[in-house]
Amino acid sequence: MSDRDPERPDAKGDAPSEDAAKSPGGDDGAEAGGEAPQEDAAQAEAAAKAKAEAVAQAKAAAAEKARLAREAKAREEAAKPAWERDPATPEWEDADDPLARALKEELGEALLSARTYAGDLTLGVERGAVRELARSLKERHGFRLILDVCGVDYPDRDPRFEVVYHVYDIQTDRRVRFKVEVGEDEEVPSVVSVWRGADWPEREVWDMFGVRFAEHPDMTRILMWEGFEGHPLRKDFPVEGIDTGSAIYPEYYEDEAGPVAGTGTGWKPQPPPTTDE
Amino acid sequence: MSGLLAAMLEATGPTLFHYVLVPLIKIAIVLFAGVLPLIMYLVLAERKVLGFMQARVGPNRVGLWGLLQPIADVMKLLVKEDVVPRRAVRWAFVLGPCLVVAPAFVIFSVIPFGPPAATEGGISWFVTDINVALLMVLALATLPVYGIILGGWGSNSKFSLLGGLRSAAQMISYEVPQGFALVGPLLLAGTMSLVGIVEAQRDLGMWFIVPQFVAFFVFLVAGVAESNRNPFDLPEAESELVAGFHTEYTGIRFALFFLGEYANMIVVSSVAVTLFLGGWLRPFPSVEALSFLDLSFLPAGLGGVVWFSLKLFVFLFVYIWFRGTFPRYRFDQLMALGWKWMIPLALVNLFLTGLVKVWV
Amino acid sequence: MTDATDSRQPGDHLFDVEEMELNFGPQHPATHGVLRLKLKIDGERIVGCYPIIGYLHRGTEKLFELHPFFQNVPHTDRMDYVAAATNNLAYVGAVEKLVGLTVPPRADWIRTILCELQRISSHLLWLATHAIDIGAMTPFFYTFREREVILDLFEEYCGARLTLNCMRPGGQPYDLPVGWVEKCRAFCEEFPERIEEYEGLLTENRIWKRRTIGVGVLDPEVALDYGVTGPMLRGSGIGYDVRKARPYAAYDQVEFDVPVRHNGDTYDRYLVRMEEMRQANRIVLQGLEKLPEGPLMAKRPRVMKAPKEGESYYSVEGPKGEIGFYIVGQGKPEPYRCHVRAPSFINLQALPDMVEGALMADLVAVIGTTDIVLGEVDR
Repeated sequence: MSDRDPERPDAKGDAPSEDAAKSPGGDDGAEAGGEAPQEDAAQAEAAAKAKAEAVAQAKAAAAEKARLAREAKAREEAAKPAWERDPATPEWEDADDPLARALKEELGEALLSARTYAGDLTLGVERGAVRELARSLKERHGFRLILDVCGVDYPDRDPRFEVVYHVYDIQTDRRVRFKVEVGEDEEVPSVVSVWRGADWPEREVWDMFGVRFAEHPDMTRILMWEGFEGHPLRKDFPVEGIDTGSAIYPEYYEDEAGPVAGTGTGWKPQPPPTTDE
Repeated sequence: MSGLLAAMLEATGPTLFHYVLVPLIKIAIVLFAGVLPLIMYLVLAERKVLGFMQARVGPNRVGLWGLLQPIADVMKLLVKEDVVPRRAVRWAFVLGPCLVVAPAFVIFSVIPFGPPAATEGGISWFVTDINVALLMVLALATLPVYGIILGGWGSNSKFSLLGGLRSAAQMISYEVPQGFALVGPLLLAGTMSLVGIVEAQRDLGMWFIVPQFVAFFVFLVAGVAESNRNPFDLPEAESELVAGFHTEYTGIRFALFFLGEYANMIVVSSVAVTLFLGGWLRPFPSVEALSFLDLSFLPAGLGGVVWFSLKLFVFLFVYIWFRGTFPRYRFDQLMALGWKWMIPLALVNLFLTGLVKVWV
Repeated sequence: MTDATDSRQPGDHLFDVEEMELNFGPQHPATHGVLRLKLKIDGERIVGCYPIIGYLHRGTEKLFELHPFFQNVPHTDRMDYVAAATNNLAYVGAVEKLVGLTVPPRADWIRTILCELQRISSHLLWLATHAIDIGAMTPFFYTFREREVILDLFEEYCGARLTLNCMRPGGQPYDLPVGWVEKCRAFCEEFPERIEEYEGLLTENRIWKRRTIGVGVLDPEVALDYGVTGPMLRGSGIGYDVRKARPYAAYDQVEFDVPVRHNGDTYDRYLVRMEEMRQANRIVLQGLEKLPEGPLMAKRPRVMKAPKEGESYYSVEGPKGEIGFYIVGQGKPEPYRCHVRAPSFINLQALPDMVEGALMADLVAVIGTTDIVLGEVDR
């Protein structure tokens, strides 16, 4: 981690400018920016007086000074314990991993990507090949424990949803995440036949995002009730909820005037429904 | 007091006096001065004792040491709304609790709390002494199960129904070993009168618990099961069946079930004390050196009553102790225990007792 | 049965039988909240069990998307509300991993201590309710006596007893108060005796053994297949424990054993959890011993922003199993998506498998041994 730190500003690409403005973590960036006007002034002076060499010298000296300062700061920074340094934000890296290579061989084009973030291997897989990948992971590579299945909604992207799976290998303590992109009216092959533990999480993804899983034994809502309309974790679902009063108790609530819709006064006082004796 | 009694004897004539008036007075005393307060304070005692077993204090807000708590409880139960579920079978729902309480109270009429009158016209410490008392106890002890089944079925609730069914199965299983266990002392005493059985123990010179230890053990277990107490409280197992047969009951009807459970505890304890622990007798009734234990300085055989009460309390304490200690049996295990252990044990005991009786 | 032709097969019931459908919950003393089970029962025997959940669904995952990283910590308290500290740690760990923060050692140790105290308190609550489900009333009060002490310690540390909110991304918000270490040590030194007391009531109790041995058996293969973790998995003979497998906080610097038992029944899970309490106690004592001096909070931006593209999954060993947070960042100060891998939710899947063919009484024992918290199941 410490060897990556000094070169961080370059590697970060466009991130530091934002960082520098908002966070105290952007110290070096700010300092480097402070150097520039000085240089500009020196250059203007040099142009006027035509002392190009001196300017070049001054510039070199300034650059050298800045470099030294930066290095000193980096050394100082590296000498500090990790928690006093700026946060070392991890990045996506292409994975050079035997598992990824083996899977690439097995799945070919269906394995879209293999990257790591903060040390976690993340595989992108084509929608049709999910079950194949799952079976391979479980049977050939020993990932016998499914940790989780969850969805992510990206309204701006074209296949709108992403379904993310986490699996774990108990023997070697390895965790792998694989993702599949799925559009609004498309189905993902269910992996329940591979890991039964995917049953409820997949139902939850259907419930919360409206992503259906093909060949799931019981593709019903799990957290919301049957008859609920909408999928709450989609980004376009209102946070304050929707009115369900009139859907559940049409005899008690006016349309769109249930307790959630804001008014809370849609209550139609009525005698309780009489059950047959 | 005696003057008043004499005046009443004068007024009513001996037949009416001895067979109607005196029993009525005794029943009133036993019920309202004996059993009901005992039940009320048994509840309090249970809560207190459990409290001490469980690192807490129990009720201590109503009155000194919570002594008025039972009264508050009774008031609460009485004034609560009496709800009969709309779909319940009304007659069964209403009859259930009565059938649980009434037989338990009737049994008290034959329990000898103390010795019979030492002199003609003196005070006998029981309502009546009939020669089939034991049979009557057995018969009446069977009745509450009908109340529970009726209540469970009549509530029209699945949990209640399951509770009722459990109760039926349990009672039938434990009725049998309990009956067999009672035959042991019966054989030894040669009489079914409870007073007669206690006197037989005095004549034998020891409590029947000594020769009939196995029977006593069987009776104790079966008795706990009969009164639906831990670890056999399956019919009302709270965590499984919500409250079992009395899930739907409120107010006074619930209070009756509650009363019935505690009355049953006292009945079973009293019968056990009478049959196995020598009733009103002191320990080692034949050892002359211990005769001071008779407490004969107390008037009118009150010493016997003290002894009876002491033994009764020990029994009731055991009940509470069980509740503080044991988890609950499972239904099939309870049945297995009853049929595979209790009944054979009771039968073997009966057989041996018979052999002894024939050949010794 | 007036019909003369008899179509019964051998093994059929002698009489016409009807399976009864029974709604177990959501209001029922033994469901530990608002779990609803649709049971098909034949007499007392369960022939079908279908869990229906969602009665406590509060949309926590949606709420996570609204609030900045710091403000989300209290939401995690309210999921597994009897083990808030481990939830906190899983969440702040995921955030730290996402933005690359390193936590100072003192904070790590304090987190370890808090989590292990939380594990003890959660297991105590489990023991209390499990025992009372099986009909043993007394352990309830004993365990609550000790749980009270732990909650008092929490209260002294962070001001709350249940919903602790005691961690922040980057470190710990407060140092341990004066005298806390001594109080905690006094408790930990006394606690093993208390465990003996509970075990004295239950472990060798014949009724307890008959009620738990062979009940709700979960084979290791089945357990793995269902994704079951935590004491449930360790009771089935698989010693997977996040604390050992991927040590977090200060767990790589403490000594402790992971109890594993092999029968996979309710009794074994009971023993595993009892032993876990002892081990947790051991970890707390070591933590109090080794607690280093130093800063509590890492250097962190005032407004913590997620990287433009980034996601992290971070899991810790909660009292119920592996609790993990999957956070997707999109360059905003709040998570773009925050998913919780709730151990209760996953473990509950195995319930129908464990109870089918068992009796009603076993059902409550199995629910108890699954150790679910509905706040976490429904989130």
